[in-house]
Amino acid sequence: MTGIRRTGEVLLKRSGQALGVALAVSILCFVVVQRLPGDVSYRIAAGRYGYDLVDNAAAAAVAAELGLDRPAWQQFGSWLAALAQGDLGRSLVTSRPVGEELAFYLLGTLQLTGAALLVAILIGGSVGVLAARHPGSLVDHLATTWVASVRALPPFLLGLLLVLVFSVQLGWLPAVGHGNSTSLVLPAMTLGLGLSGLVARVTRETVINVWSSSYVQFAHTRGIRERLVLLRHVLRNSAVVLVPYLGAQAILLIEGVIVVESLFAWQGLGHALVHAVFWRDIPMLQATALALALLVVSLNTVVDLIVLRLDPRPRRAGALA
Amino acid sequence: MRIPARLAAPLLTAALLAATGCTATAEERSEALRIVGPFEVHSLDPATSQAFFTRLEVAETLVGADINGELVPGLATEWTHESHTTWTFELPHDAEFHDGTPVTGDAVAASLAKVADVEASPLSAIGIDAITGDEHSVRFELTEPFLTLPATLTHYSTMVLAPSSWDEDGHVTDVIGSGPYQVDHVEFPGSIEVSAYDGWRGEAPAIERLTFQSVSRPESRALMAASDQADIVFGLEPAGRQRVEAAPNVEMVSALQPRTLLLKVNGDHPVLGDPRVRLALSKALDRPGMATAVLREDDLAATQLIPPSLSAWHDEALEPLTQDLDGARDLLAEAGWEQQSDGSWQRDGETLRLSLVTYPDRAELPALATAIQAAFAELGIGLDVNVTNSSEIPAGHADGTLELGLLARHFALVSDPLVTVADTFAPEGSDWGAMNWHDDEVGAAITALLRGAEGAEGEEHRRTVVEAVHEELPLIPVAWYRMNAAVNSRVADFVMDPLEHTWRLSGASWQQ
Repeated sequence: MTGIRRTGEVLLKRSGQALGVALAVSILCFVVVQRLPGDVSYRIAAGRYGYDLVDNAAAAAVAAELGLDRPAWQQFGSWLAALAQGDLGRSLVTSRPVGEELAFYLLGTLQLTGAALLVAILIGGSVGVLAARHPGSLVDHLATTWVASVRALPPFLLGLLLVLVFSVQLGWLPAVGHGNSTSLVLPAMTLGLGLSGLVARVTRETVINVWSSSYVQFAHTRGIRERLVLLRHVLRNSAVVLVPYLGAQAILLIEGVIVVESLFAWQGLGHALVHAVFWRDIPMLQATALALALLVVSLNTVVDLIVLRLDPRPRRAGALA
Repeated sequence: MRIPARLAAPLLTAALLAATGCTATAEERSEALRIVGPFEVHSLDPATSQAFFTRLEVAETLVGADINGELVPGLATEWTHESHTTWTFELPHDAEFHDGTPVTGDAVAASLAKVADVEASPLSAIGIDAITGDEHSVRFELTEPFLTLPATLTHYSTMVLAPSSWDEDGHVTDVIGSGPYQVDHVEFPGSIEVSAYDGWRGEAPAIERLTFQSVSRPESRALMAASDQADIVFGLEPAGRQRVEAAPNVEMVSALQPRTLLLKVNGDHPVLGDPRVRLALSKALDRPGMATAVLREDDLAATQLIPPSLSAWHDEALEPLTQDLDGARDLLAEAGWEQQSDGSWQRDGETLRLSLVTYPDRAELPALATAIQAAFAELGIGLDVNVTNSSEIPAGHADGTLELGLLARHFALVSDPLVTVADTFAPEGSDWGAMNWHDDEVGAAITALLRGAEGAEGEEHRRTVVEAVHEELPLIPVAWYRMNAAVNSRVADFVMDPLEHTWRLSGASWQQ
């Protein structure tokens, strides 16, 4: 019962937060776009017609069609009113419904970050556990070198290196692309490898701490096999620290997503956001920023819920109170 | 304890890397010709489709252009004009749209009428009274004579689509054209897949499927070309080009494009309004050096505005624009500027400092802007460079704040350069052409050409325009432009069309 109640509390708190964040981000985004240099209608015309055909007449036609000469608060008001009815509007550049475009890009970004996190957890986690088992050994030193090198490589360079090795030299994977299963591998590896360094570092510290704790010592004393101790006690207890940490990292991934998506021609939110800013595609920009903000809130919610599941202490505290 | 750690990394690598990799690409390779380029697919609408569907030969324009820019039949088999204001285009009797409906005059007229109102299409610049159709022809009634109507009808925005392409709200939902290829799939903004259409009235294309993929990073495009992951790659940067040239199985194909990289100059500017200053700036430029460093080809240094590929507008007799720093200093001194001990120039207490706007859509432009900045610095002129959205140039033109704009001007957007030249030097100025500059003789010559002056008279008028522009430099030419593509050796009979009217892939075949 208390478990369900706590879950409810988390969801309620986070929904309130989501609403607040959505409103704040929308207002901020709109103000920022209005303050950006350059004439909005020219930018939109450039996005639509290509630069060979943008001229004053085309820009004037765009401004008239989209009502860009209305005062900013009116434009924002009508956007907000439409949003309240679940309508994100149409893209100013492509004229297609923003909702459809957003769903497409969001799926791309979720696939990419999901796969990248998986890579980071598997590689970083394994390296961290290995290093933690033999602190100060050659393996530990190698792990430290790994952590430093993947962290030092910017995603752009790391991505190009991976393309050179796996695509150009070995011919195993497509260099860029979007849509088939193999084209996800290189961008996910680029992001995931970059993140795996930190994951390995945190895993190592956490596992060492947990390993030396009294309950693990006790488990050993009870004669439980090493593998079971690792699975039941060490990994689960380490996860309580690691999951919130990964949640924070996943948010940071969004930053890397922008570079990696453009390098690999992967269609996702980062790519869409950059283009929307460049072309002043206001509804698209608003929607993308909104989606990213809500993504952050959802990630935090998921982390809260997982930790709630993994860590029984708050539940018991609730039961005792 | 060791098991998960030992297994995790290799398992993951194996799963991710080896899963489906090679088979999928090998299968694709046996069928589709893979085209890769920098531009994104935003829209299905003719005016905003950025030429993808004409280049992929899905939709046709009434008039076509061969690789020399000469007009040839497109969807229309022939055209005639009774007076200069009434034009009739004959349609083939066996043409059909990809939905199986016949191409009728009515359908063509309805399709063209939709684009005639779109400001960004060159068709909107023509005064059109009515476009009407009967079974096998289309008729244009114009409000004033317009001899270059057929050339305007080569522009991609005038592609003809079937009535079923539009929904009730007037949005294009499917591109249903009449060309040799039909659209199978479009994924915005990244890819288009097309395949040969069985009902095509001409010879069936040898290559049955084409795919286009947009890849925005030039580094990624070069790697794809070099590693056999694309058959035709457009828009390679010089650095990437070297990598491709070194790769086996890939050939670089290129053609001089009727495009000039030039400086647009504000003719009303207190400093730049003086033709002597413009000439001094021109003399500061080491064009062959810049062309070698940035475009990797010294032949591309512009010696005059219009490149040699547009032979009617290119005059070999003109004295080439070359670097002459002493001459530049003399001109600045003549214009009242005094060189200071630190090398800078002053007049009435004001230092000579200019600003330049350019955009990154063509990778060469920011690099050239830096080279121009260095060249001006050598002469003692400061230059602030702003690399931004291309639309800042027409916007700066409109509000008069632009000083110098570095841009790439295509002189054959429609296949007759006269249309673009007339726009570039229009008396009221042009967004991508002259700014606050006009010359009565040039205006008169262009008007005469638009009214149909031909032969020796036409040549005389063209010379008037070209010479005046060369002397006054309302636009300072910097370099010409070569369009290139990396073509895989398994593709045969690929012809590069410098006008990019189409990519001409229905005529290509697989190497036997």
